[in-house]
Amino acid sequence: MSLPDFAELLERLLFTPGRNGKLALLRQWFANQPDPDRGIGLAALAGELSLRTAKPALLRELIAERTDPTLFALSYDYVGDLAETIALLWPEDARSNAPPPGLAEVIETLETAPKAELPRIIAAWLDALDSGARLALIKLITGGLRVGASARLAKAGLAEWADVDLGEIEEVWHGVAPPYLTLFAWLEGQGPRPDPNGAPVFRPLMLAHPLEEADFAKLHAPDWRAEWKWDGIRVQLTAGPGGARLWSRSGEDISNTFPEILAAMRFHGVADGELLVMRDGPSGGEVAPFSDLQQRLNRKTVTARMLRDHPAHVRLYDLLFEGEADLRALPFDERRARLEAWFAREAPARMDLSPLISFATMEELAEIRAGTRAASIEGLMLKRGDSIYQPGRVKGPWWKWKRDPLNVDAVLMYAQRGHGKRSSFYSDYTFGLWRGDELVPIGKAYSGYTDAELAFLDKWIRDHTTARFGPVREVEKALVLEVEFDAAQYSPRHKSGVALRFPRIARIRRDKPAEEADRLETLEALIKR
Amino acid sequence: MPPHPETWLRVTPDGLFCEPGGFFVDPVRPVERAVITHGHSDHARPGHAHVLATKETLAIMRARMGEDRAGATQQAHPYGETLTINGVKLWLRPAGHVLGSAQVCLEWQGARAVISGDYKRRHDATCAPFEPERCDVFVTEATFALPVFTHPPAGQEIARLLRSVALFPERTHVIGCYALGKAQRLISLLREAGWDQPIPLHGALMKLCTLYEELGVQLGPLTQATVAGKERLAGAIVLAPPSAIADRWARRLAEPIPCLASGWMRVRQRARQGGVELPMVISDHADWPELLATCTEVEAQEVWVTHGREEALIHALAQRGIRGRALHLIGRGEGEEE
Ligand SMILES: [Zn+2]
Ligand SMILES: [Zn+2]
Repeated sequence: MSLPDFAELLERLLFTPGRNGKLALLRQWFANQPDPDRGIGLAALAGELSLRTAKPALLRELIAERTDPTLFALSYDYVGDLAETIALLWPEDARSNAPPPGLAEVIETLETAPKAELPRIIAAWLDALDSGARLALIKLITGGLRVGASARLAKAGLAEWADVDLGEIEEVWHGVAPPYLTLFAWLEGQGPRPDPNGAPVFRPLMLAHPLEEADFAKLHAPDWRAEWKWDGIRVQLTAGPGGARLWSRSGEDISNTFPEILAAMRFHGVADGELLVMRDGPSGGEVAPFSDLQQRLNRKTVTARMLRDHPAHVRLYDLLFEGEADLRALPFDERRARLEAWFAREAPARMDLSPLISFATMEELAEIRAGTRAASIEGLMLKRGDSIYQPGRVKGPWWKWKRDPLNVDAVLMYAQRGHGKRSSFYSDYTFGLWRGDELVPIGKAYSGYTDAELAFLDKWIRDHTTARFGPVREVEKALVLEVEFDAAQYSPRHKSGVALRFPRIARIRRDKPAEEADRLETLEALIKR
Repeated sequence: MPPHPETWLRVTPDGLFCEPGGFFVDPVRPVERAVITHGHSDHARPGHAHVLATKETLAIMRARMGEDRAGATQQAHPYGETLTINGVKLWLRPAGHVLGSAQVCLEWQGARAVISGDYKRRHDATCAPFEPERCDVFVTEATFALPVFTHPPAGQEIARLLRSVALFPERTHVIGCYALGKAQRLISLLREAGWDQPIPLHGALMKLCTLYEELGVQLGPLTQATVAGKERLAGAIVLAPPSAIADRWARRLAEPIPCLASGWMRVRQRARQGGVELPMVISDHADWPELLATCTEVEAQEVWVTHGREEALIHALAQRGIRGRALHLIGRGEGEEE
């Protein structure tokens, strides 16, 4: 097995939208590839491949030695993505007859080769590969590998291939490591079940659907429990004799980023909650804005100062395991009672309970939601009292009911090409509002539009460009976009003095002349003082 | 000193005009006398009074435009035979692009220009292979004139398709391709790879496939995709115009996997537009190495670039001591190209 096979798998996963199609590709991979390569492939898909990476600059130098600078610049401008440009431009006439490297060989060589040797080694590999495999190699060694399959889907493919329950693989997952020789041996009936040694295991989270008006009409108040929707990140806390871990919603281990939470996890159980940063307020601890949490999330090392200025806190809302007892098949009301009793008994530091909101009718709840904006809360969570804890996004038992977004009609001012799959499209937009008779930019958005709207915007921008600054195009001030956003804040860093939170393009207002777009004063009035 | 071709071969709003010969090559508007390189709609337009082309190109024009619009008088001219029009010598050489495609070779008072139309240098069993002709000025397209466009061997792309068919035997692979040239070449490549099953076609592809067969190109068993039932289409490779593969038409297929055969599929970002799940880099045009090799092989001192990415090509030609000139021909490279 070699890199070209892996490249073909990656390519097809990326282009295949359907889950069943992806699973078929994965099954075939596990069935056909030998050890240890199939395990390394699995690690790459599961995001558990740690390897020494090379800097993109190294590859830039390699390609510069081999191409004309003008042709490189024209090509890069056309393709938009550096790794892909290099993969496509790598001279084919130097194709060596050397066999393409195996995945295992690449990983091992990167680990052991002296740094000074890397350019020569990488160039020799690239000479032995076709363009698809070159792209996979470049993405792999620069750490930019994007995979069209989640860790969970990779494991699901493995489970289907081996004809075992996905849960069984999750249970042993933390007792195995790349290239997973013991795991494959067990699944093929040629070895014992790997022993997870009681290591903490991530349990997939239950997720909520956004509540639409039609769904709301069907809700019957007595069936439902309501909680505030907190503006932090969803976490799972797993602790027991085998150790403690803090997981993000996708199962990423973020224990090291929040050591103070880990230290407070002295219990035995699995809990679900919201990670927040707290700061002192007039009435004790207050939830800090999301940007404070962002400060913590972005840092690799945790300083004493950060622990003091941005202390983390978990607001608990569910209990999945109490000791060894699995509570997930119990209804929400019962789990909630167990959670409250457990919390009263354990009283873990840096944690509290997310309160239940009392309400008698759905109308009353709607009024409460209408007030969330004033209270700086993101909205409400609705959970059926009888809902068991089911992994994934099951429609019906849980809803998230966000506060209504705000919106303004803004004028498109600049556009830039996107990244990854959007890199041939002008998909990042800067828009502005009128101040006097000048337009001032108020923000950028790169989501919210449909594919058809993206195609329209891309063409419109190309047809209405008035100036270019590197990758940015300035356009005729003639297209109005309805921009939706969650909140607006004063910001000295922006020319307009205002910054938007979660802006997205809600609609293209081709019917509206630019002169009738909103004025900056309109936006300023929406800022919460 | 022979007269430089720029003194007798002019770019006009109607297209390239040979002044002493009094005829246009691939004019975009109806003219009195037209020489047509090949049947694609950006080269062959309806309504000319007199049309000269290969007999295959004339047949393709009649099939696409109708007898009455494909030229009031049609003059079939075989490859390699010289004809003199008002002192201008004219002959045709195969361009290897689609059936009947020709390079128009012109010589006047000892100066020679070759207008290659669209061309490719790869093997294609459905048309005569490109024949290089030495000349003073070579007029070339530049559709894929960027070094990122190096088309892989077509057989490799077909092999990937067949691996996918083996992996998803209960689904239909539907390949988006244009009706003239690409469809027939794909069928021929599939036959070369041993695919001998009937190939169901979208209605829009049928007419030209039938014409190719009448003109002596064997394509094997073909059926109408619309007639076959869903279960018959499981495991089939179906051909359709690109606009149909992800459209309502495709609902009749069994869990279709949309594939697209085009040189543009080389760049992943482009391939990801339009819901393609299996991009196939198969092109009717010369790729970058072939463009450069051809411009060098014909030993022209000057290369005129009709349409495409002329900037990169002219830059690379200059490094090889060849003068490049962008013609900016209107209306070229639009419509069904690639
Ligand atoms: Zn053509
Ligand atoms: Zn053309």
